[in-house]
Amino acid sequence: MEIRDMTALEMGRLIKERKLGCAEAATAVLEAISSTDGELGAYISVQKDRAIAAALKVQARLDAGEALSPLAGVPVSIKDNICTKDVPTTCGSKMLEDFKPVYDATVVEKLAAAGAVTVGKLNMDEFAMGGSTETSYFGAAKNPWDPRRVPGGSSGGAAAAVAAGEAVYAVASDTGGSIRQPCSFCGVSGIKPTYGSVSRYGLVAYASSLDQIGPIGRDIRDCAAALQILSGPDGRDSTSVIERPFDFSDSFSGDIKDMVIGLPVNYLSDGIDSDVRQAVARAAETFKALGAQVEDFTMPMMEYAVPAYYIIACAEAGSNLSRYDGIKYGYRSGNADSLADVYLSSRSEGFGIEVKRRIMLGSFVLSAGYYDAYYHKALQARGLIRNAFNQAFDKYDVLLSPVAPTTAYKLGENITDPLKMYLGDIYTVSVNLAGFPAAALPCGFDRNKLPVGMQLIGKEFSEPKLVRAADAFQQNTDWHKRRCGK
Amino acid sequence: MTFETVIGLEVHAELSTKSKIFCGCSTRFGGAPNTHVCPVCTGMPGSLPVFNRAAADFAIRAGLALNCGISRHTKFDRKNYFYPDLPKAYQVSQLYLPICRDGWLDIETCGTTKRIGIHEIHMEEDAGKLIHDPWEDCSLIDYNRCGVPLIEIVSEADFRSADEVIAYLEKLREILLFLGVCDCKMQEGSMRADVNLSVRPSGSAELGTRTEMKNMNSFKAIHRAVIYEAARQAELIEAGGNVVQETRRWDDNKDASFAMRTKENAQDYRYFPEPDLLPLEIDEAWLARIKDTMPELAENKRRRYVGEMGITEYDAAMLTTAKPLSDLFEQTSAICKNPKETANLITGALMRLLNDTGTLPEDLSVDAAKLADLILLIQDGVINRNVGKAVLEELFRNGTDPRRYVEKRGLAMIRDDNFIEAAVDEALAANGKSVEDYRSGKEKAFGFLVGQTMKALKGKGDPQIVNRILLKKLSIIQKRGN
Repeated sequence: MEIRDMTALEMGRLIKERKLGCAEAATAVLEAISSTDGELGAYISVQKDRAIAAALKVQARLDAGEALSPLAGVPVSIKDNICTKDVPTTCGSKMLEDFKPVYDATVVEKLAAAGAVTVGKLNMDEFAMGGSTETSYFGAAKNPWDPRRVPGGSSGGAAAAVAAGEAVYAVASDTGGSIRQPCSFCGVSGIKPTYGSVSRYGLVAYASSLDQIGPIGRDIRDCAAALQILSGPDGRDSTSVIERPFDFSDSFSGDIKDMVIGLPVNYLSDGIDSDVRQAVARAAETFKALGAQVEDFTMPMMEYAVPAYYIIACAEAGSNLSRYDGIKYGYRSGNADSLADVYLSSRSEGFGIEVKRRIMLGSFVLSAGYYDAYYHKALQARGLIRNAFNQAFDKYDVLLSPVAPTTAYKLGENITDPLKMYLGDIYTVSVNLAGFPAAALPCGFDRNKLPVGMQLIGKEFSEPKLVRAADAFQQNTDWHKRRCGK
Repeated sequence: MTFETVIGLEVHAELSTKSKIFCGCSTRFGGAPNTHVCPVCTGMPGSLPVFNRAAADFAIRAGLALNCGISRHTKFDRKNYFYPDLPKAYQVSQLYLPICRDGWLDIETCGTTKRIGIHEIHMEEDAGKLIHDPWEDCSLIDYNRCGVPLIEIVSEADFRSADEVIAYLEKLREILLFLGVCDCKMQEGSMRADVNLSVRPSGSAELGTRTEMKNMNSFKAIHRAVIYEAARQAELIEAGGNVVQETRRWDDNKDASFAMRTKENAQDYRYFPEPDLLPLEIDEAWLARIKDTMPELAENKRRRYVGEMGITEYDAAMLTTAKPLSDLFEQTSAICKNPKETANLITGALMRLLNDTGTLPEDLSVDAAKLADLILLIQDGVINRNVGKAVLEELFRNGTDPRRYVEKRGLAMIRDDNFIEAAVDEALAANGKSVEDYRSGKEKAFGFLVGQTMKALKGKGDPQIVNRILLKKLSIIQKRGN
């Protein structure tokens, strides 16, 4: 098998058995990047020398008999909103084009301790705001299945790189679907973990109460292996409430006969592409064939999810992004001669249009006299959405739904219509509002031979069960094994 | 027309925690610029706050001392505004659910007691400091103070005069100092007070338009600022004008205040709940722990010193002018079991030393065990009182162990009759004139002869024995002469 077709766990096994060197693995990924990323645009920066040096160090640790992890020596790629010490962390923005953090994010420390070898930083929508990676200051990433199309977003670079063999697995973030939707568009697997299970320390904040770091991989087992490393308590993040890292040792039995899966029929009615609907319906049949019970139900509050999400996310974003003022780091306009001018010009010139739109929206909903009408209402809706999920989980182990209403659309097709873009998040944002985990995995192809993804949603900290359902599906299907360009 | 002045105070007090409110950086004042900083307190992208629960301990202490209700469920909110000393462009504060509410403090002015309401106490983080460099014509930022925990104590608008304001501030300062929650140094900015003031015609129930005054860095400045502002507003109204709701900056050199910003261009802080911090649940056990470890307040100490320890009211007041003094007093008298002698020594010789050397009580580093030992040396007659003062000075300046110092320098009192008799004889022989004076009835000569004897004994003679032997010798001389 070619190195670039291997899963992360396969590669990790070969490295452990000394059939593959860590440096060899890193070199293979670096070569893949240099041969195809010029067109794909999945990376913002590649740390070639650092990667080789890190690979040699991991090799030495392994040779010295250190146990490390099943992913030791396997190259990993990191979304460019996760802080890496002395390595540019741009968030896809002109504002942070030259920004090098002074510290490593907790997840970066954990990956290094587990023997992961970071090769590069992945393209994304600016500050993770967008669903197509087109708002990146560094140019849009392309969908490897069809380079005229978007890879989704905001973690479009991550999903595209994993799908194209430019990354073995990736660590990304999901605020309203930013891991799941690009996985769906690019035919790869990913997990948005329970809020509070992976430390956010070092994740450049977009919307603090919704952001969560998670893995993207070629299959769900790779994602589980990565999530085991990423998860766990962190004293530097007050919202990190998990007690210990996830244990997936009982998640690969393939047995889901005990599971009751809920299918929210209202997710499959209006506004959804028929090929997507059919693929998800077929997945439901597969689960039935595997012995799970699948039941239709109606998920309430669906129409409030997108507005509530955009009010809360923008309010937090407006505050979180205020620190980019041109004073301490980041872009500073050369056209300013007073303090107010430094703020105004640096922010006007340093941020892109989508970021500015969300800052304005966020400032508006929090301004005097509007707080109760917007922000407060949105918080109430959030509580009701959470209740609706909790009620569903009284009955069901897992919910099955589409990830997005469509498959990958063409570059430029939606970018001028923000409302249409926002409505593309309808199936994903409620999961973030509720704080629950969800996995995205491929379940078919549409008429244009583009991947279709489905979403499995579980209740808080039910990741092991979620992975068991996803793995049973992947043991009995081969959608996740299809590679683009083959 | 006569006017009534209505005043409310917002007092900011920096809490004396060792580390900052949301990170582990030191809170120490001073230090080279930007040396007590980390990614969290400089607001680097991706950094997150972790609440230092010691700040809540201190806020609860202050709340209990000011008779407040303590919130069992309290939260942080973000106050958003742009300024270079605020690196996140928001201050983490408490708007909706502050930690303490509805308290009071009784103050005394001109012999009458008045109750001042405390609206709330909330916690927040301090900002950095801007330093203007006139040579380079640029502003530099020091983030050392960024993230130092503060409490803001918001009073009701219950004050009617500058004297009441100062009485309240003095009492508040004493309470915060004795609680150990704030060092209350106005000059260093660890205690700051903003004055909200309006005037209204006497007898009117309706409040006038208020102004907020900042930048007073001593109680005297606050007193002057209140009088100035009340007069300014009254004159304005009498001249037919209107008071504008605005923030004013006090300039102590010019003895006047100047408008900073008006309500029209006031900030919209866009408060919302801080998503990076979980709400704080204060349970019974937490509250009980604070109640059980509440430091004793000065008022109570004074009562106890007078009532239980037999100290004069004057000395008790002196001993409670600063917490380090009362601490030293209590620790020392607990060891030597002689509160009166301890109080004498601290309020007398020790306070004189503090004055003479310009030492602040908080910089005092006299060890209570050593001071107690010194008192025992005096009490047991090992050294006399005058030698005691010299030993105290040595202890004060160099921390020298009194007993060892006395031994090494041979300062112990001479009590040997023969030895003292020889010294007396020497003094009598050398001062025949004084002996004659004494014989002819001049009592004063006796004191002189004691002094001469002491001099011969290098000041170490036991005064009682010296007196006894000198009297005996003189009476013998007297008889012989007759």
